[in-house]
Amino acid sequence: MSNGTSELYFTFRPENAALKAKIEELSGENIDLCFQCGACSSSCPLTSEMDLLPSTVIRYAQLGMEEVLGSKTPWICITCFNCEIRCPRGIDIANVMEAIREMVLRTKYDKFTLDELTPEELRELPQIALISNQRKLTA
Amino acid sequence: MSEDLRIGVWVCECGGNISDVVEVPSVADQLEPEVAYVHRERYLCSSPSVEAIKAAVEEHKLDRVVLACCTPNMHTETFRSNLEQAGINSALLEIVNVREQCSWVHKEDHEGATLKTLDLIRGAIARIKESSPLESKVMEVSPEVLVIGAGVAGITTSLRLAEFGMKVHLVEKRPSIGGHMIQYPKVFPTLDCSQCILTPKMASINQSRNIDLLTYAEIKEVSGVPGDFDVKVWLKPRGVDVEACIGCGDCTRVCPISVPSEFNEGLSPRKAAYIPFPQAVPSVATIDMDHCIKCNSCVNACPPKCINLDDPGKEVELNVGAIVLATGFELYDIGSLAQYGYGKYQNVVTSLEMERILDVNGPTGSMIINPKTGETAKSVSFVLCAGSRDTEVGKAHCSRVCCLYALKQAQLIRDRGIDVWIHYIDIRAPGRRYEEFYAATQDKGVMFVKGKVTEIVPEGDRVLVRGEDMMINRMVENPADLVVLCPPIVTTEETLKLAEMLRVPVDEDQFVLERHPKLDPLATKRDGVFAAGAVIGPKDIQSTTAEAEGAAMKVVNFLSGERMIEPNKAYLAHSDLCDGCGECVDVCPENAIRLVGGKPVINEIMCSGCGACIPACPQNALDQQGLTDAQLKAQIRGLLESSTAEVKILAFVERAVAYTAVDLAGLARLSYPSSIRIIPLPSLARLKLEHLLHAFAYGADGIMLLEAPEHEGPYGSAHVVSEERADDYKWELEDYDVDSVRLWFSRVYVPDWRKLELVFNTFHNMIEDEGPVEDEVREVLKEKLG
Repeated sequence: MSNGTSELYFTFRPENAALKAKIEELSGENIDLCFQCGACSSSCPLTSEMDLLPSTVIRYAQLGMEEVLGSKTPWICITCFNCEIRCPRGIDIANVMEAIREMVLRTKYDKFTLDELTPEELRELPQIALISNQRKLTA
Repeated sequence: MSEDLRIGVWVCECGGNISDVVEVPSVADQLEPEVAYVHRERYLCSSPSVEAIKAAVEEHKLDRVVLACCTPNMHTETFRSNLEQAGINSALLEIVNVREQCSWVHKEDHEGATLKTLDLIRGAIARIKESSPLESKVMEVSPEVLVIGAGVAGITTSLRLAEFGMKVHLVEKRPSIGGHMIQYPKVFPTLDCSQCILTPKMASINQSRNIDLLTYAEIKEVSGVPGDFDVKVWLKPRGVDVEACIGCGDCTRVCPISVPSEFNEGLSPRKAAYIPFPQAVPSVATIDMDHCIKCNSCVNACPPKCINLDDPGKEVELNVGAIVLATGFELYDIGSLAQYGYGKYQNVVTSLEMERILDVNGPTGSMIINPKTGETAKSVSFVLCAGSRDTEVGKAHCSRVCCLYALKQAQLIRDRGIDVWIHYIDIRAPGRRYEEFYAATQDKGVMFVKGKVTEIVPEGDRVLVRGEDMMINRMVENPADLVVLCPPIVTTEETLKLAEMLRVPVDEDQFVLERHPKLDPLATKRDGVFAAGAVIGPKDIQSTTAEAEGAAMKVVNFLSGERMIEPNKAYLAHSDLCDGCGECVDVCPENAIRLVGGKPVINEIMCSGCGACIPACPQNALDQQGLTDAQLKAQIRGLLESSTAEVKILAFVERAVAYTAVDLAGLARLSYPSSIRIIPLPSLARLKLEHLLHAFAYGADGIMLLEAPEHEGPYGSAHVVSEERADDYKWELEDYDVDSVRLWFSRVYVPDWRKLELVFNTFHNMIEDEGPVEDEVREVLKEKLG
């Protein structure tokens, strides 16, 4: 930043535009349509576990802010589609969450490894949960 | 003379609604010796009864009629028109409300209700003895109309009126009509071509035989009265004979002087001899005398030889019946707010300048180029509410159209692949197809940032737009090649001058005040002066057009058919007493009074009949037709003097709003003491202290003043005065040994009618505790009153 105020101010730069375009491409959603009504956040059953509200994730995505890739929120999302059913602008927010997970996973980052589970956990967890977690959370 | 009067009294039983509570036969028997004729009727409003009244009037040679029945809000018109047929003037008919305000509210108190009925009728009889016949007058009006301002509002109103067959004088300050709308390339939300839809209308103005178009002109003086205004119009010296000019433009080509073009918001030059834009109406040249150097090049070049550089200007006199204000708006001087950098940084333009940039015939030929630097813009930022919605600097109001025109401009710019940012506080898109337009703008990839822009600072050839992104709680700072400011839409200097000239008040926001903001939005506070478009507040073209059509209808309504002047006006009853102090002039809420030769002249058309001037006169020189002091005093005395009720409370009730609330209390069968006796008045501003003293002298123990809310009802402006007066009267009563608690003032809102039960009961109890006014006090009062 030319005047040294980059800490204080966010400025939309070409890299932000690129990140935003990538999220739109992977999700197939036009996130510009979001007008920040908050319906997705208030429909989400898991916001208590999230660091960013779903509506904030969308705003970060609109602005192409890299912070969105480090957020817990896309991983907490269980793809229940409540947000998507209630979005008045017809954005499939779960698709955007998936796109963000996809982008993180493409950096060879695994959110879930079987090795970390104890034998007890492996015995007790339902098969279906293990499989879907592997599908969703590993590269 | 009153002894010879033949008064007929009818008491309606209302099929038991009245007679189940009020002893109607007893009332009739007691009145029998006092008047020429008394009759009881089961249903007074039925057709046979109405016919019977007419027959009785004839048979008994009655000359005045008192009807005791339901509220006058029900059947007054029926009774009036039928009695007119029987030769009884409307002013010689009194209707006494003994249902809503007597039998229905005193169900448990037959004796009290009967007494009250008798008192109310006796009050009406006493009053009607003082009444004389009154006639409405037909007002002479000029069938011509003056429309000021020839933007889309003035054009639309003029065309409608011309189609209707009225003669219209359309006055425009600029050389061409078209207003701001002709400056816009596209209009929201349809993105259709503004000039394509307005130009045909402009041409129609030129072609209409009924429209006298006066451009490059201003209103110098307005005198006269509604229906008959005399107007002086100043045609500014334009150096060109409008009739002879053929609009060839030869003068423009040879003119050596260049000045900034108003049409292009100063972004490109025009000549001193110029036609402001190609579609101008009238399509004639104007010589800008402020800049002309009188080189005579144009005079020599002009083929029809119609240029006269010594044109002195000309004054035209018009006589019109009505005036329509359609003077539109201007943008707030945004250069005065330094944080936005307008005038300081060349990258900052106003929204009107951006309109011109986007026009194919504009200064950049619709290329998104900064006209001040010639640089192509790659990113454009909009600053909404630049100086709006701010009670500290700029303007407090929302300009209503900025969101939409910013969306429009953003779409047009975004379509060229340019980055567009819109900084907003709220996006307000409340109109048909507007929300969809907002969504369409987002769909095109225009970026929105919620948060008011705090400042614009330079960075190299660009500027940085700073503000908060409230959605992420971060400050943002985006570079822009062009910043478009959307400043407040404000009233024009000319409008303020005209408002003063026309004696039309403006509101706090300086836009012209409507007669009623909801129910009469196109009329101003002055009769015969109407308004349409942005002169009564910022608005879009749709609403402006709708208002303009409506204003035309208002004018037609005002000038067509017979304009009747109701006979309820204030008048100078005792010219000899008047010392020309002018108190009445100052207090009149309608500005209807002028001093001529040291005496007030009350304009009958402007006088609303509120009566506010009458108590203001220190000499008691004024009175009111149909509501004279003599009538009022007779009614007060007649109502109280012979009454045998224990507690007597007189309630003066504003006739339109408060009276309706009291009726509603009756309709709901609420219950309050029969001590409350009501006299309706147009506004309580009509009451003099003398009236109150009169009431206390002849038996009142307490007086209630139930006034409508300020500015509500037909005499709304007068209701302000009445509260101030009531405060004074309270203390003045003490001088006559009447305790100030005996006077009660409340404002009554229609929806508050349920509370009236409590109000009446509370005051009754207060007065009962207080006891009756002592006889000595009454005697002293009677003596003083003569």
